[in-house]
Amino acid sequence: MTIKDGCVHVLSLATSDLFFLLAWLLWWQAGHEDHAGPDPPRKVSAALKQGQITPTELCQKCLSLIKKTKFLNAYITVSEEVALKQAEESEKRYKNGQSLGDLDGIPVAVKDNFSTSGIETTCASNMLKGYIPPYNATVVQKLLDQGALLMGKTNLDEFAMGSGSTDGVFGPVKNPWSYSKQYREKRKQNPHSKNEDSDWLITGGSSGGSAAAVSAFTCYAALGSDTGGSTRNPAAHCGLVGFKPSYGLVSRHGLIPLVNSMDVPGILTRCVDDAAIVLGALAGPDPKDSTTVHDPINKPFMLPSLADVSKLCIGIPKEYLVPELSSEVQSLWSKAADLFESEGAKVLEVSLPHTSYSIVCYHVLCTSEVASNMARFDGLQYGHRCDIDVSTEAMYAATRREGFNDVVRGRILSGNFFLLKENYENYFVKAQKVRRLIANDFVNAFNSGVDVLLTPTTLSEAVPYLEFIKEDNRTRSAQDDIFTQAVNMAGLPAVSIPVALSNQGLPIGLQFIGRAFCDQQLLTVAKWFEKQVQFPGIQLQELTDDCSAVLENEKLASVSLKQ
Amino acid sequence: MAAPMLRWVGRGRRWTFARVDGGSCHRRGAPTGSTSNRIRGQSSVAQQPLYTTQKPRKGEHKWAAVVGLEIHAQISSNSKLFSGSQVRFSAPPNSLVSFFDASLPGTLPVLNRRCVEAAVMTGLALNCHINKKSLFDRKHYFYADLPAGYQITQRRLPIAVNGSLTYSVCAGKKQSQVIPKTVRIKQIQLEQDSGKSLHDDLRSQTLIDLNRAGVGLLEVVLEPDLSCGEEAAAAVRELQLILQALGTSQANMAEGQLRVDANISVHHPGEPLGVRTEVKNLNSIRFLAKAIDYEIQRQIDELENGGEILNETRSFHHQLGYTMSMRDKEGKQDYRFMPEPNLPPLVLYDATSLPAGADPQQVINIDQIRETLPELPSVTRERLVQQYGMLLEHSFTLLNEVGLLEFFQNVIKETRAEPKKVTSWVLNTFLGYLKQQNLAVSESPVTPSALAELLDLLDSRTISSAAAKQVFEELWKREGKTPGQIVSEKQLELMEDRGALEQLCHSVMEAHPQVVMDLKEGHPRAINKLIGLVRKATQSRADPAMIKEILEKKLSS
Repeated sequence: MTIKDGCVHVLSLATSDLFFLLAWLLWWQAGHEDHAGPDPPRKVSAALKQGQITPTELCQKCLSLIKKTKFLNAYITVSEEVALKQAEESEKRYKNGQSLGDLDGIPVAVKDNFSTSGIETTCASNMLKGYIPPYNATVVQKLLDQGALLMGKTNLDEFAMGSGSTDGVFGPVKNPWSYSKQYREKRKQNPHSKNEDSDWLITGGSSGGSAAAVSAFTCYAALGSDTGGSTRNPAAHCGLVGFKPSYGLVSRHGLIPLVNSMDVPGILTRCVDDAAIVLGALAGPDPKDSTTVHDPINKPFMLPSLADVSKLCIGIPKEYLVPELSSEVQSLWSKAADLFESEGAKVLEVSLPHTSYSIVCYHVLCTSEVASNMARFDGLQYGHRCDIDVSTEAMYAATRREGFNDVVRGRILSGNFFLLKENYENYFVKAQKVRRLIANDFVNAFNSGVDVLLTPTTLSEAVPYLEFIKEDNRTRSAQDDIFTQAVNMAGLPAVSIPVALSNQGLPIGLQFIGRAFCDQQLLTVAKWFEKQVQFPGIQLQELTDDCSAVLENEKLASVSLKQ
Repeated sequence: MAAPMLRWVGRGRRWTFARVDGGSCHRRGAPTGSTSNRIRGQSSVAQQPLYTTQKPRKGEHKWAAVVGLEIHAQISSNSKLFSGSQVRFSAPPNSLVSFFDASLPGTLPVLNRRCVEAAVMTGLALNCHINKKSLFDRKHYFYADLPAGYQITQRRLPIAVNGSLTYSVCAGKKQSQVIPKTVRIKQIQLEQDSGKSLHDDLRSQTLIDLNRAGVGLLEVVLEPDLSCGEEAAAAVRELQLILQALGTSQANMAEGQLRVDANISVHHPGEPLGVRTEVKNLNSIRFLAKAIDYEIQRQIDELENGGEILNETRSFHHQLGYTMSMRDKEGKQDYRFMPEPNLPPLVLYDATSLPAGADPQQVINIDQIRETLPELPSVTRERLVQQYGMLLEHSFTLLNEVGLLEFFQNVIKETRAEPKKVTSWVLNTFLGYLKQQNLAVSESPVTPSALAELLDLLDSRTISSAAAKQVFEELWKREGKTPGQIVSEKQLELMEDRGALEQLCHSVMEAHPQVVMDLKEGHPRAINKLIGLVRKATQSRADPAMIKEILEKKLSS
């Protein structure tokens, strides 16, 4: 079959990875034959229901872990008091048998670009230091309405502009995997490894704080935002499920915007079922966000366990095989395709011919909306205001110079350039047309019979901070968003699933892209795949020793709930 | 509420319809001592004559002015265009501000259905094509009372386009000739109002009130089909009446619900259009006319003196009566328009495109709105002329004064008197009193019922017209008496007793033999003197015709 041949050709293996791959393949096959997998993790939601642990105990354990992992810099604000109070209320509900559902009493974290009533919301920017919103973002409110405990606000790149979680005013986020048993053991084997402490890894971004928070067991789920890959990228680097819902499925009200036409609230969890539970709580039309869709979507998002993938058609976009792709990721991608094929799915090579224009197109559209969205930060109503009061204009200028970092100011400058009357047609309008072409690429692929697309999430595993900052933010973002960004242009749902550990003992994720509003189908396929690959969880014994094993590798979802 | 309308005119002067600084367009370019006098005479505010006397021009070099208007009408709605905050004039500062209005980060616009319906209704009333799909854009500029740093407007694809507005100007010696004119409407767009900046120069502070920020506006853009202040004023006045009839805007200029910017240029007919200036924030119809005429003349003078016109924004100093360059950054700037990404395209339906089973709460049906259109002012006027046989210019007056038409109709409903009589009483006596005291119709001490009763008394010949005037004056004193009570208290009934009247005539003739002599010697007009004396003796209660008849009979016998 020509297409299959094509796949093999496209995803040919590099010999240097042979040893690793063989080992991995053996393990993988073992995993997927034994559907029960390793010890099923105890399920926290069930534990709460059965009274094995109380919400307050759970909350305190997470708070204690937050303190222990403070050096990760995952949180900007820890809302300890709020969380404990919510836990108390949750506990009452459980005692009265009035639990609000799967999320009642579950600790969650929220990226610091979602408005939280009464809790500082900074966007990791000087501009919003001290800004306390008077209202909750719809997604935050929905989590609270389900009884979730808000542990705190997580770190990010300033105004979510970045792909490393390194460019916020509160400093970079450290990847918990830097301290994992798996990574440290690999490093010990490597005689060239340098000083451990300065060699920590980035989380990816911009929702790196949320990823680190979930990865380090300080919460069970976290909200990120995803404009060009900001949820999926750190999910891949931190060994998590990172889900970007269809544009319009989840409300953006209260999410401080980066690019309104591409932003979606993202979900970071340790397994696909957990992501589905959170999506079930968040999805749905919001009268406060006119871009949410009213068509009824199957709710709740219960994911069936797919017994058979033989009716599935998986598309492999050939343009995603780029020279910069690391051979390890490439191999895993290839093996994943083989796995689907060997299980009876149809695997097709597809073409998304306009992919290569995505980065530059995104640059124009993103910076233009940024220039517009950032216009409100003038120091008048809220946030930072400089001391200069010579004139209103001088006050604006100084406030914005002091309030925004170089990355934000650079994007504002470019965006305003693209929107100038003389440039609008040549840049903005053209970029919009290219965006349409990119979106149409996906439509064509899906129309050719493909159910989901399978791609890498990132070029490689997480890199050390010192290496990451060798390049500037713009170059980094352009490189790191390469597989994730086009999805935002088209508004499609996509999910990054942790697949395996690299030679260095670091997680690698692969991405599934679904049809618009076929989020449930996408997650169902992802869940099947997750089960096959049995990604090894992070081992953070040193950090979590003192805590009850309840937290270790604990997932929110309960198998029993699904039955 | 109606006060500002009434203030356009000099005291006690009859007002026909929107005619301000009349006649200037018909005398454009002519040296005009008399015109300027007229203008000065009409204006309560001292100002320079609009058209200063100029040196005779070589070869009758005629100038034509081209005027286009952008009119912002605040939509009459309970809540703002994109937020749930209330819309109310003169509420305490910053008491009507939602999170969205204050542009708190993360807030999103939600379109107010009422505002869309108002725009569609206005578009239909102005003969526009309603776009089934329209789009919202962001217009960027930094200003303290624009918290988001941009205004949401409709630039690329507005809700209504290609309409027309028919208005009338008056001409002729008595300004009684009504000339209908038409101005094309380029588009009507929905947009947000800004907040208000209050500059405290003493403390060098600017205070911001966001109550108005985000209120829905209809921007009505007129094509440059106007040629002088009078036309502009008449067109705006007609638009104002239409908006008020529709209820889509209260269109009260004094409260800022209707604001006008004028684009003005001059050129020689047949030559390309001149460079235009924009005169901003004209907030009364009188100032609008004045500002435009001033600016036209200023441009003509400038060009004739070898100067040039700059494409600039000017403001009108209404106390001193001239326009001046605003010379700030507002003049020329790039608004960096961009599609508003948080609002999907606005889709409207009509009977043919309405999807089956559509929730009426979720869709707007143009045809349904068309059916609810009220009677428009032009139709009302026609009806008045047809139904009551009044002059067209009278129908204009009835509509121009807020509440006057309703007053008139209520009187008509309750009286047996002829419509012509009612028209005359309402437009002459009643309106005259109002003007004299600078009152609005709603402030009138005389109710429609009282006037109707008075006209009935007149109609049934219970009282004479002179007595009726007296009764009216009594009514105006607000003593709470009915016309009937006044008539009987003051004994104003017509003298019906012929015998008594004959007796009275006889005594008067006896008492004034000289007058009787004059009459007999061939001065027939002297009879008027006798009639007057008899009337005086009856305290105006007798019918002058009957007095005359009796006197003539007696004289000839």
